[in-house]
Amino acid sequence: MSHRSVPVSHEEVDVSEQAGATPAIELVGITKRFPGVVANDGVDLRVETGSLHAIVGENGAGKSTLMKILYGILKPDSGTIRVEGQAVHFRSAKDAIQAGIGMVHQHFQLMDNFTVLENIVLGAEPRRFGATIDFSRARARILELSEQYGLAVDPDVLVEELPVGARQRVEILKVLYRGAHILILDEPTAVLVPHEVQDLFASLADLTDRGVTVVFIDHKLDEVLAHAGRITVMRGGRTITTVTPQEVNAQQLAELMVGSELPKPSTDTDFSPGSAALETRGLTVRSGERLLLDDVDLVVRRGEIVGIAGVEGNGQHELIEALLGLERVDAGSVLLEGSDVTGWSTRERRSAGMSLIPPDRTREGLLLDAPLWENTALGHQTERPYARGLWVDTRGARERAREVVASFDVRTPSVDVPAHALSGGNQQKLIIGREMVMQPKVLIAAHPTRGIDVGAQAAVWEQLRRARRAGLAVLLISADLEELLGLSDVLRVIFRGRLVAQLDPQRVTAELLGSYMTGVGIEATA
Amino acid sequence: MSTTAEPLVEPAGETRRVRWPMGPWRAVVMGAAVLFVLSLVQNMTAGSDDLTSSGTAGAALRLAVPILLAGLGGLWAERSGVVNIGLEGMMIMGTWFGAWAGFEQGPWQGALYGALGGAIGGLVHAIATVSFGVDHIVSGVAINLLAVGATRYLASEIFVDLPGGGENQSPKVVGSVGKFSVPLLSGGFDTWDPLANVERRNWFFLSDVAGLLNGMTSNVSWLTLIAFGLVAASAWFLWRTPFGLRLRSAGENPVGAETLGVNVYLVKYVAVVMSGAFAGLGGAFLVLEQATIYREGQTAGRGFLGLAAMLFGNWMPGGLALGAGLFGYADALQLRSEESVHALLLFIAMGGGAVALWLGSRRRVVPALVALGIGAAFFVWWMVSDSVDRDIVRMTPYVTTLVVLALATQRTRMPAADGLRWRRRAAV
Amino acid sequence: MNRDLLRRVAFAVAAPVLALAFSLAVSSFVLSLSGDSAIDAYRLMWEFGTTLESIVVMLNRATPLYIAGIAVAIGFKMNLFNIGVEGQYRIAALIAAWAGAELALPGVINIAFVIIVAMAVGAAWAGGIALLKVTRGVHEVVSSIMLNYISYALISYLLLNYLQLDDESQRIHTRRLDADSRFPTLNSVVELFTRDIRSGFDLNGMLAVAVVVGVLFYVLVFRTRFGYDLRASGANPWAARTSGVDPKRMVIATMLLSGGVAGLIGMPEILGSVHWFSDDLVTNLGFTGIGIALLGRNHPVGIAAAALLFGFLDRSSQILDLEGIPPQIVVIMQGVIIISVVVAYEVVARVRRAYEARETARVDPEAVAPARAGAVT
Repeated sequence: MSHRSVPVSHEEVDVSEQAGATPAIELVGITKRFPGVVANDGVDLRVETGSLHAIVGENGAGKSTLMKILYGILKPDSGTIRVEGQAVHFRSAKDAIQAGIGMVHQHFQLMDNFTVLENIVLGAEPRRFGATIDFSRARARILELSEQYGLAVDPDVLVEELPVGARQRVEILKVLYRGAHILILDEPTAVLVPHEVQDLFASLADLTDRGVTVVFIDHKLDEVLAHAGRITVMRGGRTITTVTPQEVNAQQLAELMVGSELPKPSTDTDFSPGSAALETRGLTVRSGERLLLDDVDLVVRRGEIVGIAGVEGNGQHELIEALLGLERVDAGSVLLEGSDVTGWSTRERRSAGMSLIPPDRTREGLLLDAPLWENTALGHQTERPYARGLWVDTRGARERAREVVASFDVRTPSVDVPAHALSGGNQQKLIIGREMVMQPKVLIAAHPTRGIDVGAQAAVWEQLRRARRAGLAVLLISADLEELLGLSDVLRVIFRGRLVAQLDPQRVTAELLGSYMTGVGIEATA
Repeated sequence: MSTTAEPLVEPAGETRRVRWPMGPWRAVVMGAAVLFVLSLVQNMTAGSDDLTSSGTAGAALRLAVPILLAGLGGLWAERSGVVNIGLEGMMIMGTWFGAWAGFEQGPWQGALYGALGGAIGGLVHAIATVSFGVDHIVSGVAINLLAVGATRYLASEIFVDLPGGGENQSPKVVGSVGKFSVPLLSGGFDTWDPLANVERRNWFFLSDVAGLLNGMTSNVSWLTLIAFGLVAASAWFLWRTPFGLRLRSAGENPVGAETLGVNVYLVKYVAVVMSGAFAGLGGAFLVLEQATIYREGQTAGRGFLGLAAMLFGNWMPGGLALGAGLFGYADALQLRSEESVHALLLFIAMGGGAVALWLGSRRRVVPALVALGIGAAFFVWWMVSDSVDRDIVRMTPYVTTLVVLALATQRTRMPAADGLRWRRRAAV
Repeated sequence: MNRDLLRRVAFAVAAPVLALAFSLAVSSFVLSLSGDSAIDAYRLMWEFGTTLESIVVMLNRATPLYIAGIAVAIGFKMNLFNIGVEGQYRIAALIAAWAGAELALPGVINIAFVIIVAMAVGAAWAGGIALLKVTRGVHEVVSSIMLNYISYALISYLLLNYLQLDDESQRIHTRRLDADSRFPTLNSVVELFTRDIRSGFDLNGMLAVAVVVGVLFYVLVFRTRFGYDLRASGANPWAARTSGVDPKRMVIATMLLSGGVAGLIGMPEILGSVHWFSDDLVTNLGFTGIGIALLGRNHPVGIAAAALLFGFLDRSSQILDLEGIPPQIVVIMQGVIIISVVVAYEVVARVRRAYEARETARVDPEAVAPARAGAVT
């Protein structure tokens, strides 16, 4: 693995064209904690007026939290915010709007059944005679803005009927209409197709030409390098550096994002996988025109951990649903230990030995108000020891729950405590424990250590390693590179529903992995 | 009208959206076509003059109003995201207060107090659902129960001591609001009544149109006019004013609305209280225009029929009016002439045939065959029977609603956040 | 452990107790407005309501209410509102009463037959609601209300035209069930423990059936695999789906069960006291049943307490008339209880959740760790 030297600055990089001009935004020492996690740890950021400033970092680096603080949805625990030189305290989004900041969320907040015009003026409606909405004035202003910034929209169309790129333009117009001169965009290109991306950046260039400041969060390094004026890299809740695209290339950026040294992969060289436990052939899932899963061929053998790396939203969710039988597939098949289970129900698959650690434990993995022993049964409630024939075996379930609590170090006063009372880490340990204890043939672990503390995380990793040694086949889907590299025997990358690479975790470099995950590698090899 | 978000039970099939109401010209053409078939049927069958008579039209209008007002109440509430099953209870409050004020003071006061009584019910519902986050349906059912008890109690306390009153009825309302006829068309203010003239001539189609128009424009109670006016005013208010826009936004995406500075709590409160007021006014109308007294049980499910009309109308005021009108028409016909009801069977049969032709022309073979089958079944029914049993007719508004829902739920446009138990997200 | 049990019980009954207290306060206020003494009224009610005969009447009133509460609760456990209970029990009662009288099978077999028919009709009527929901996405609240009104009209139609007994009496009703098809009363059982009950007060034997229904409900919901799936689907539909539950099948099964139990609501009257169906079969049990289920928190014991409470209120209020106090005050009480209990549940739930989180945090205090890659930000 090579290291190249990268200019890392710990103070602002003074490359501003308007040297000495008041920055549009200045954040100093912003810190924000959530239970169990420090999302922002003394973040400093300086954004110059009229610049197109990108913020990059992996999932969990703290970017979204920082932007929410800037937009007034969250309050920082400490630190100062200065907008155009003035220190500000936002009590709500309304205050931020007053200060001229507008946010375009990754998940649009539009009213589908309203027209474009209605969506844009909501909350700031122009009045006629003080009573009615002045539609013509609104329409004129919208067309004016649209013209000025190259954001083509038809004010009288229902948002429901618009394609994604057009909806985004509506969101941008929404903030411009309210006089925002600092725009924050959260992953704006995540849902766009290539030509819409071009249109978007053209509009953003128009905006910055006219003095509007644009800050955007982006994963796709090629876009960032092609369009941004300044780039700030975040990692682990801190800002690492701010550079211009002239100073770095994609590989260096990727390296900065994950840390110039990749975590050491597992030294567990005792790797002799058995036969295929889980297999997919040509798995395809469509939604209208879009391919959510594109001809996926996957093999997970016994005693092997296959890791799937990828930015969230590239098909991981659909893959899990297809494997478990929660959603129908349009083509392809799923095989469990050689048998074709494509037509089987979820319950049948689980009883046959397919286990899941769901990506969102409170939503899909737990009954929060139910006691722990009932939660232990979840997913296997028709099998022993949780059930005997038609009956729930309360005693068996409680005993098993106690076993799980003991073996997997779930800290709780008893098994009668409701699940919501446990910390995230202990909830996750319970979920993993209840799956492992059923001695599954295949374990699909999705983000198994998301949102839990260090100690619990290490425990979970140890459990997975132990299971693998005992012959379990594990499919690990994660956004945590340390986890993937540390545990996987085989590393695959998913991008736009396709498995685009098969890599050796012992040998892969940060830049190579980063490029595949962000789609740069595809263009390079195309 | 979902309670908690229910993403899981989704029937297969496309979700094609249908805009409703349709453009004005299309509506006129369709209306004319329907009338044409109606006149045809009227001429073909004996004793069915009432199908298109002014008497029926007038009665239909009058019978439609309570349903219309209840439905309007439902519309206001649901457009802001609150499901209001308690409309029946709020209507009951309106009947009681309307009768009491109507007796003590006069018909106009009766209308006002009826609305206020309903608004009280609306306020209770708003407090429970908006401030306390109680499930909307549970709260609505509770209000229905409470309203029955409260009015029964109040009647035993107050009406019992009044002349003509008793435990479950009130003394008669004094006076009435008065009627209105359109001048120059329907004899208002002692001018010409050309519509009535044309109706008498028995000309095919023209007389029928004249009859229906005449019924809707002569001797119409002022309250009826006010009711329809309120529907139009609601349309204007909800779609053309800032407050109305914000109200509807609370029903579509309250979280998004809040980020834009909309006071979601306030708009929901206003919407639900108004919803109660409309239902209460509907109840008062029942007392003032139809029964002249309060009688226990007189609402007879009209609150729920109002909900049905709202669903039928796809949460739009125009559609609501049409739905209420249809239900009123069926009710009126049933009260006036059994032969006309029977003739309706033939009408439906012919309608089924027409729909089948239209579907067939669009190459939707299976639906066309189904429509043809239904048309044929009704034709046979018409042939073999002399009359339609009262009880079967009673069923029609509900069956119609179910059929419409079964066919069109996937194509209707419910406010996206209807029924959502929303809590304000303060800055954390 | 004892303190823990006490605390859990306290949380469980907090909301109904608060609601009852609030309702008493409101009723006292209303009574005082009309110049009546609330204390006197309550004392009268208590004295009258606790006589042996009153207890018999109370139990008789509570029996169908209890069954209605259970029927509704089955739906509630899965977040389904079966408002159609009202229509289901009426049409079930009509068909069952008619079939039982016309077929006139011998004795106990006929009783069983009537019960089975009632449950089948109730289930079928509820099944329509489920089908509409699962195949066409029609929300169950709307379809059940529509089906209620359709059932009233259908009952009237069938009764008038086909099912009534053509005799000279004024009332319209089906043929009377034979003497040996009537469910025995429980007076003799009661009289083993107390004095003789005055004549005219018969303790409806269907009380025993209601108890059985309650026990079966408890067993089904809390002890069977199906019950686990049911409760999981109601608590967290996504987690249930991921754990292998088929949501559509769950909806259908739940509605069928709920409708089946609903069919039994009319049986105490048909099999126990009146022995035919006429359209003055007691009304509103479906809607009151919703209130009972809410008050009893969908638990068989809670629902029993709620049913008994309502039965007591109904019976004891009859004395009020003699003192010039409108007995309808009790209906207001019942309405206020229902609405305040749902508000109280929300409040108590919030308090409880906060308390439980605090308690468990004490056992596992969390160190605030630095951000990890993969943490949710």
